[in-house]
Amino acid sequence: MPQWRVVIMKNHAVRPLLVIICIVVLILLVRIVYVPKDFGIGPAGYMYGLHREGNEAEWKAFKVKYQGRELCKDCHAKNYALNMSSPHRIIQCEDCHGPAVDHPDKPANLVIDKSRALCLRCHFSLPYPSSGRSVIKGIDPDAHNPGIECAACHNPHKPMEGLR
Amino acid sequence: MTTRRDFLKNVALGLTGMALPLSAFEIIDPLKLMAKESLDKAQVRWVFLVDTYKCTGCGMCVSACKNENEIPYDANVTRTWVERYVVTKDGSVFIDSPKGARDGFTTAKIDLLADGFKEIRKEDIEKAFFVPKLCNQCDNPPCVQVCPVGATYQTPDGVVLVDRKWCIGCGYCIMSCPYGVRFFHPVLHVAEKCNFCYHRITQGMKTACVDACPFGARRIGNIKDQNDPVTKIILTERVGVLKEEYGTKPQVFYRGLSKEVK
Repeated sequence: MPQWRVVIMKNHAVRPLLVIICIVVLILLVRIVYVPKDFGIGPAGYMYGLHREGNEAEWKAFKVKYQGRELCKDCHAKNYALNMSSPHRIIQCEDCHGPAVDHPDKPANLVIDKSRALCLRCHFSLPYPSSGRSVIKGIDPDAHNPGIECAACHNPHKPMEGLR
Repeated sequence: MTTRRDFLKNVALGLTGMALPLSAFEIIDPLKLMAKESLDKAQVRWVFLVDTYKCTGCGMCVSACKNENEIPYDANVTRTWVERYVVTKDGSVFIDSPKGARDGFTTAKIDLLADGFKEIRKEDIEKAFFVPKLCNQCDNPPCVQVCPVGATYQTPDGVVLVDRKWCIGCGYCIMSCPYGVRFFHPVLHVAEKCNFCYHRITQGMKTACVDACPFGARRIGNIKDQNDPVTKIILTERVGVLKEEYGTKPQVFYRGLSKEVK
């Protein structure tokens, strides 16, 4: 038996050392299996770029829900034209009608928010200096026809025309 | 007595043993250490511009954000929110943001949480305004530095993303953000934050909040593009950022900031 092996066997520190080395090797092997292939340092460098590259594509593939008024204008041309001729043209259709998602396939019908609370988001009178809110014509909901839907009198697409 | 043969054997064994753990570590690449310079050459760097003069506190941005990004609607967490500041003539400052302004501000009463509601007379108001808040997509994001597993990171176009599959939910990033924009996703149990609607901006759309804002109070742009209208405003007009003293280099710029806004 070569002499070096006898020397090692006699050393009481070697056995725990071997156990530790085995644990380290095991952890490294698990790491190779567990960490995804695309995990690494991105272009942002060591401090800000450590990530799984595939996650960027996962976020880019996230489902878009709000499609914008361009989707609405062909099928709903009448309401679109009316809305575009009123001060409410600055409000996107989906702010009141809800996100289109895959409309008209899914959902086939959008749920319209006709609550007074929706209108009051802008039209509850708050005379705040240097805020855009003070420029909007506001009401006191307790004094202005309480309990009635705003749309009962005002056409939301063009609120001050043809009051009912 | 050690023979030459034994000596060579021992050296070979020792070197192999030492090389094994070393092979697990990446040798530091100086080019990657200088990565900030390569980011400087990127064609796109998303920035945000908030105009507090235009904001009316309608909260359409908040509800649109929650719908677009599938944040549980009735849970009291949100990626973006709107704060109301009312400064009275005696110097008091009242701040509220009920439900993050998901339903807007439809009362003049300030929601002081445990202290109830504070009615402020119109004559007592010195100044009052609304400030939308969202992730600042910092150039030096502390939330990314503290992540122990590499689950949150900066993309080449400057947006900080969270890898929902890789996040272990330790919450360090939530604690480290000086702006408090991060929270736990109540369903997925991972860190959650505004990502400038990364799925929209990377395909040429605006963020959901920008589209939902009727007043143009929120805008997104590319600061690397000199002709971008948002870039022009940031470069030529008086804009401020939040908590500049933290050195995070926030990339959400505000028109009409006031000293009461933190």
